[in-house]
This record gives sequence, C-alpha cells and structure tokens, in this order.
Amino acid sequence: MDDRRLEIIIGRLLRAGVLLAAATVFAGGVLYLIQHHSGPANYHTFVAGAANTRSVSGIVISAAHGQSEAIIELGLLLLVLTPVARVAVAMVVFLLERDRLYAVVSLIVLLILAFSLLHAA
Amino acid sequence: MTALEFTAVVLVLSALAGFLGALTGLGGGVVVVPALVLALGVDMKYAIGASLVSVIATSSGAASAYVREGFSNIRIGMFLEIATTLGAVAGAFLTGRVGTHTLAIVFGLMLLQAAYQSFKGMSDHGVSIESDSLATRLRLGGAYPVDGKPQRYGVRNVPGGFAMMFGAGVLSGLLGIGSGAVKVIAMDRIMRIPFKVSTTTSNFMIGVTAAASAGLYFSHGYIDPRVAMPVMLGVLFGALIGAKVLIHAHVKTLRIVFGVVILTLAIEMIVSGFTGKV
Repeated sequence: MDDRRLEIIIGRLLRAGVLLAAATVFAGGVLYLIQHHSGPANYHTFVAGAANTRSVSGIVISAAHGQSEAIIELGLLLLVLTPVARVAVAMVVFLLERDRLYAVVSLIVLLILAFSLLHAA
Repeated sequence: MTALEFTAVVLVLSALAGFLGALTGLGGGVVVVPALVLALGVDMKYAIGASLVSVIATSSGAASAYVREGFSNIRIGMFLEIATTLGAVAGAFLTGRVGTHTLAIVFGLMLLQAAYQSFKGMSDHGVSIESDSLATRLRLGGAYPVDGKPQRYGVRNVPGGFAMMFGAGVLSGLLGIGSGAVKVIAMDRIMRIPFKVSTTTSNFMIGVTAAASAGLYFSHGYIDPRVAMPVMLGVLFGALIGAKVLIHAHVKTLRIVFGVVILTLAIEMIVSGFTGKV
C-alpha cells in the first residue's frame, strides 16, 4: 500500500469519527436543553466539575444512565479519540509496509497521547 | 441568563468564529475564546477547554477533504507531531499553574501576532528540490500536484522546524487553540516546504496536537460539557460553511476585515488581563 491509499483511509476514518462525535454531542445537548432549559448558566468563575464526569469510566456509566451532560462528554471523548485512532492506524500500516522508522515514530506519538489520556482516566 | 439562552448565543458566536476561521485559515479558536470571555464573561479556563475540542473537530473534519487532493505529507506530519504533542502536554500542564490574568495577556499577545499575519498575508518562500542530509535520512521529501502534474520538493533544517513545532505545541496546550499559523511558519519558512503542503499538513497535525492536551484538560475539568457542546457544534458548522464559501470569497478583503477584528480583540484581552477584569 502506498502513502496515497493510507491518506484516503485516514481521511475516511477522521470524517466518520467527527460525525459520530458530533451526533452524540448533539443528542446529549438536546436532552440537556429539554431537562435544564430554564436553569441558570453561570460560568464566570472556574470550579472543577463533578468527579464522576471527569473519569472515563464515570462518563460511560453516567451516559448509560441517560445523564445528558455525560452523553455530551462521551461525544467529546469520541472526538478526542479520533486523531488518536488515526495515529494508531498509521502505525499499523507502516508496520505492514515494514517501514520500521515511521512505525517507531508513530509509536512515540501514540505513547505521548496515551500518557495524556491516561492522566484523565 | 438561562441555559437555553446561553446555548443559543454561544452557538451563534461559535458558528461565526468557525466561519471566519475557515475563510482566513486561522482557525475558530482564535475568535471563539475572546468572544466567550469578553462578551459573555465566561472564565478563561472554560473558554479554552471548549475551544480545544472545537479545534479537534474542525481539524479532523477538514483534513478528510485535504488528503483526497494529495497535498498533505503524512511523514512530515507524523514526525513533527512528536514535537507538537510533547509541547502540548507541557503547555496543558502550564495552564493549570498560570493565573487567569496571565493567560488572558498571553492570549492577547498571540492575537496580535495573528492580526499581523492576517494583514501581511502568507505566501511561498523559496522551495528547494533537494533535501538536506537529515531530511533525506528521514525520507521527508515528497511530491504534490501542480497543474495536475506531480512536483517534487525537498525538506531542510529539520532541527529548526522541530524546535518551532514544540513551541507551537506549547501554545496550543496553553491556550486551547490550534496554533496552525505557527505550524505553517515552521514548515514553510524554516523547513522550506511548499506553502500548500505546509498549510494542509499543519491542519492535519492540529487534531493530534490538541488531543495531546485534551486528556489533561479533561482531568482538570476545563472541558465543561455545557459550554463545550454549543462551541463544538457551532464552530464545526461554521467551518463547514466557510470551507464551501472559500472558493468564491475575496480572501484579501476578508483578511483585512478579520485582521481588524482580531486586533481589537487582542487589545481588549490584554487590557482586561492587566486590569483584572477577566
């Protein structure tokens, strides 16, 4: 497989990821507005959010229970994972091409991303 | 303000920011953060958290269109992403340490630079066919279509470009923006990569760079779903429309208008930072 085909696969992956994420955020947003439309909106001072919506497992469990803010966060999480998936796909393709140098380069990027994301989990 | 009113206002502001960002190539984050902070009094940290996710959305959305045309260089992108992701992690750590006033001032200075670039415009800087020895060993050179025919290009000064990319990553992680303009400078001016390849590869890298700070943003609680939801959907929608209009737009006039807007926002951000209004 040449670079061109790799780029087309990655292009499709990115679009699918963004669409899925946007649809999830939209669904969560509609639900949130139905439940809280006349509630207050005050974001003048930063206060760290509720702990259960900050860990990955917390987000998934709350979203499964239909909690609207958690559904939005799930969509945002899918969005963040889209570019991560694109690095992982590139690494696999470089491995298949026996391009060791770029497989290692992709792995380094993937490890840095994992470090940041595991920090959140 | 009720939640419904807030969501509606933010959706409109974000769509406008995404639209202008796509037309000028500077990205939506540059406008959406000051708009949220100055117009709605949203805390800097919520604003940059929401901006960061919108940056990932527009970068990934637009990249799928560019790759089909064969301009972006996946090896250059992947290699330089080592620098931008490391920088982004460092920048995201810094955001937690730096006070809101300082963040506003740094953001304002970045806007000043963006305004300057917007007035001046960006263009090709002497492209070379041959790569230097390090770039050759890394196989960074490539080809891109010019009038339908593939045109070869070389890559130079990899260490210089790498260092600049680290800086772009720090800025992205610190301010929740794509810092595409700095990435383009690193590739186009320092590494002598053709302008079209630089801009599309930069766009490709923005999503990965922003994803590197996203984990830390989540754990610090900067990404509030109630703020991020309308920002992400609005910017994405505006950017998609902007990309469609781009073909027919008077880019030069538009850049000057955008430059004036950014300059105004820059001054207001800096003043608010010093007077402690944000």
